[in-house]
Amino acid sequence: MHKRSGGDVVQSAFSIGSAEFKNRVLVASGTFGYGDECTDAVDIAQLGGVVTKSLSMKPRDGNPPPRIVETTGGMLNSIGLANIGVHRFIAEKMPFLRTVDVTLIVNIAASTVDEYCAVLDLLEGEEGIDGYEINISCPNVKEGGLNFGTNCQMTSEITRRLRARTKRPLFIKLTPNVTHIADFARAAADEGADAVSVMNTLIGMAINARTRRPILSTVTGGLSGPAVKPVALAKVYEASRAVKIPVIGIGGITNGVDAIEFLLAGATAVQVGTANFLDPAAGVRVAREMASFCEEQKVSDMSTLVAALDARTGVSVLDSWL
Amino acid sequence: MPLYSCPVRSLQTVARNIFVLSLHAPGLAPAVRPGQFVNIRVNDALEPLLRRPFSVHRTTHDAIEILFNIVGKGTALLAEKREGDVLDLLGPLGVPFTLDDDRFDTALLVAGGLGVAPMPLTTVELLHRGKAVRTLVGARDAASLVTRHLHDVVCATDDGSSGFHGNVVALLEREAGQLAGKRVKIFACGPHAMLKATALAAERLGIPCEVSMEGPMGCGIGICQGCPVELRDASHRYALMCKDGPTFDAQAIRW
Repeated sequence: MHKRSGGDVVQSAFSIGSAEFKNRVLVASGTFGYGDECTDAVDIAQLGGVVTKSLSMKPRDGNPPPRIVETTGGMLNSIGLANIGVHRFIAEKMPFLRTVDVTLIVNIAASTVDEYCAVLDLLEGEEGIDGYEINISCPNVKEGGLNFGTNCQMTSEITRRLRARTKRPLFIKLTPNVTHIADFARAAADEGADAVSVMNTLIGMAINARTRRPILSTVTGGLSGPAVKPVALAKVYEASRAVKIPVIGIGGITNGVDAIEFLLAGATAVQVGTANFLDPAAGVRVAREMASFCEEQKVSDMSTLVAALDARTGVSVLDSWL
Repeated sequence: MPLYSCPVRSLQTVARNIFVLSLHAPGLAPAVRPGQFVNIRVNDALEPLLRRPFSVHRTTHDAIEILFNIVGKGTALLAEKREGDVLDLLGPLGVPFTLDDDRFDTALLVAGGLGVAPMPLTTVELLHRGKAVRTLVGARDAASLVTRHLHDVVCATDDGSSGFHGNVVALLEREAGQLAGKRVKIFACGPHAMLKATALAAERLGIPCEVSMEGPMGCGIGICQGCPVELRDASHRYALMCKDGPTFDAQAIRW
């Protein structure tokens, strides 16, 4: 809830299943560590939620360098799911995370369906976890990840198997690297997912013309940042029209107006990702800017903006373009 | 790792295509330890997107200096800054050089090219701790040499236009002989290939060596995992340059 100047508040809280979110801005997986790294730069209790880095059963070293390269308006990454593993997460990170008043969504990655289940089973024993986001869309590892996310039957199977094991909210994180993301959103929704997160990174590539070599060690990587925002808006628009469950919009958000655009396209909430690399407090700022926008627009309840796109076309864009 | 808004005080050219940017940073300056860096947003736009990391060159009670050359669009924008422009800094970041070490009494600073950046601040701290300091600076040619605010400097140039004719690692091999009997530790900074050669030379000479590495970073604070450095220790395959470094014991690195 954000105070309005007149003493009213802009209603920004929402819930998905049993998980309650103070506002509509979460920080995206892989862009905020495990939630305990940035606490001296940002008050994470002011976020709608924290989505952790993807956790696998065993620790993963990640890919060899170079893992990142800046591109026009964005960046490519090929981290390779480097993470400390679920056991160390539970032992080293959960005690602190339980002390913070923030909605915690733990992201899970795996190379087999059984591994997804086993990681989730371990986390089920932990208090203080408000939900799970399932990464079936990492473009940078050989096995698992994207192989699941680009196969509708696998998306259904993973959702079904995990749904049977938990009552906590289950978000399925989808890849844009498919022809019709609506099919995948539907597959997840039909098997009982509580929400879909749209979207993970777009497969991209950068080349050094002088050396004739790819810049990333894995040749291709995942594109993120402001450059992908138009793609993400279109994917959110497509997915949200296909399912009744909430869509969490992700892709290139750097300010409050960006986030409002995602709501209009059909997202119930958003995640801020790459912008955290520029400013660890980006998520809190985006939430504040969303509230200011609503005040300015005399919107007292943010939920009224969800899927409120006025689909009439042909409005002049000259003013914002010039 | 707080954020600071820092007005530019001055930008001066100190060698060919090499600049020193002085920033008013009263909250930040006293907190910086030698070898640490700041991550700078070079403009308010989203292009270029990411911050740029720079070693802190020198500090005063209320200002910091960074040393840079123009190598890309980020540094080209920095070179256009004028007095009063305000830059957004994150810092101080990273692990500083280990200077509180009783196992050496003479520090041999070895800098290749822009690797001279952290050396003035390091020198002040070493002298304050009563260590002897000798500095070896290598550059392509005389016009590219930066030796400001250093102590007991010997230069090397690739083309022989100033000082020793050859690279700074060859100079190190020559100079090391003159330090026989002293308890020496090397602090090196420069391009990867130069650090690798320095690390191998130090190992051969039996001199402990710390390096300050440079490379692309996404966030500078350990959350993007974008700057892995491969370690010799197989149980911890990668460290992060930004958070576990940029300074490392040279023997810990898999060169």
